[in-house]
Amino acid sequence: MVLTDALKAEFTELASHYPERRAALIPALHRCQEELGGWLSPEIIEAMAEWFEMEPVEVFSVASFYPMFFLRPVGKHIVSVCRNISCDLRGSQELLDRVCQVTGAKAGANSEDGRFYVEHVECQGSCANAPMMVVDGIYHGDLCPEKAEQILGGLDR
Amino acid sequence: MSHETYLLSRIERGDSHTLAGYEAQGGYAAFKKILSEGTPPKDVTEVVKESGLRGRGGAGFPTGLKWSFMPDQERDSRTRYMAVNADESEPGTCKDRVLMERDPHGLLEGCLIAAWAMSLHGVYIYVRGEYRLSYRRLDEAIQEARAAGLIGKNIQGTDFSCEIHMHKGAGAYICGEETGLMESLEGKRGHPRPKPPFPAGFGLWGQPTTVNNVESIFNVPFILERGADWFKAMGSEKSSGNFLCCISGHVEKPGVYEVALGTPASTILNEYAGGVWHGHNLRAWIPGGSSTGFLRPEVIDTPMDHDSLKEVGSMFGTGSMIILDQTASVVHSALVLMDFYEHESCGQCSQCREGTQWLAQVFQRIHDGQGRMEDIDLLSDISNGMAPGKTICALADAAAIPTHSVIRNFRDELVEYVQAGGHTAVSKKRALPMETV
Repeated sequence: MVLTDALKAEFTELASHYPERRAALIPALHRCQEELGGWLSPEIIEAMAEWFEMEPVEVFSVASFYPMFFLRPVGKHIVSVCRNISCDLRGSQELLDRVCQVTGAKAGANSEDGRFYVEHVECQGSCANAPMMVVDGIYHGDLCPEKAEQILGGLDR
Repeated sequence: MSHETYLLSRIERGDSHTLAGYEAQGGYAAFKKILSEGTPPKDVTEVVKESGLRGRGGAGFPTGLKWSFMPDQERDSRTRYMAVNADESEPGTCKDRVLMERDPHGLLEGCLIAAWAMSLHGVYIYVRGEYRLSYRRLDEAIQEARAAGLIGKNIQGTDFSCEIHMHKGAGAYICGEETGLMESLEGKRGHPRPKPPFPAGFGLWGQPTTVNNVESIFNVPFILERGADWFKAMGSEKSSGNFLCCISGHVEKPGVYEVALGTPASTILNEYAGGVWHGHNLRAWIPGGSSTGFLRPEVIDTPMDHDSLKEVGSMFGTGSMIILDQTASVVHSALVLMDFYEHESCGQCSQCREGTQWLAQVFQRIHDGQGRMEDIDLLSDISNGMAPGKTICALADAAAIPTHSVIRNFRDELVEYVQAGGHTAVSKKRALPMETV
């Protein structure tokens, strides 16, 4: 069983906020991804299906709908560069190019050393600080390629 | 440009996100007054109606009227919910985040007043998954308010009870659509539901539900405390109050500014945001988030309110202005948006699933210099096949509106792309650091 007792206790607490257990599925998938290796493996999907009393394919169907869930292994650091209009107008393409160059990863893929996963994402709601990127869940705004390189350089190995 | 501000009035304090910081600035007074006086719930809704508050999430629907659609509790004893739409994801929009991060108790007080007015059993705040700080601040605020006896059972010793729950989304623009949001909150794919039935009759788990935007609810305590007349005195005739204007793109000082509804867009651009950057000229602007279309510089004096923007063929939307300078290409920006809508279409309706893909392909072709003159009519035909009112939700409209706007307002650029085999004036722009707002 891949789910720890601590996680299951958390799921029980999450589910207590809703009249139906299933409503806790998406928040619970977040917790799995955070605690169990950064992505939702087939084993996790199966275990979640069991806990939520759903078919694995139903859990997969939900997980696959949401861009924040990864269904394949991702690098240690996740770099998400916004490519939508406000960021595009202020140079997000140059930003993404530099991020790819520095990390050695292509957009939508892992770097060969497995250290980075780079993706371009849609609007992250930080348009007044465009261009921006999110690194491991932390927002970085008012960027230029040089500043982005500095931020990536400061990450642990 | 001096005018009364209230939405952002509390956030200067370093502890504005805490209960202590909120109460020190008069927080929870409106809710406590209603509670201690036992104001009839219908009267609360009436004040909100009377104020003329219109939803700040995009559609501009009158908030009080929406509340009044909730069935009478005496005739319908089902469990009643509110879902606060904190899935802010309309490109160009970053206003609700400011309120949730810096003044979360303001939103909670609005939720409690709404709960009183509509006799709600529970409130769910659906925060987009990426907004980690918003989630944390609201979560902490709920814990503080609960400990202070403001949330939970028998609030302040009365028989009024209300729970406020946090819910974390996981991306997907379509979950900002109210029925897509409810599906997502129930743990499903965010597929919008056909309407009717409307949420007030059949919402979360089939129960009466109202879905309101963060900024809409945030306005409520101010209205209850200061009165409908105070609120109506601000803004324009049919759009009362102030709104948070996010202005982004090619401006000197992008930011989130509190502005009275009806303020000319040119005033916001020039006096608040410091004008088009580098002294450049204005090429195009979007008034209310990506779905509201590209407008010409000639109409930059249009008042930012629902009716005035309708008159120039657009919408107020989220009130988030996006500015394009003389070096920008409208065709390029339209392509960026079409890629976005294609990516975000949930795929239920063929018109939207296929249409957004086709629009993106045709814009790409024109953008790459492979366009044909008949592609301009093709864009128009595809858009007409998608909207208005041809699909379950308005995402198809959100892609069709900017497309029509490019054809109507920037046909010259489309023609130029086709004739010249691309756009020669577009230069790669280097991003410059700017102030954090």
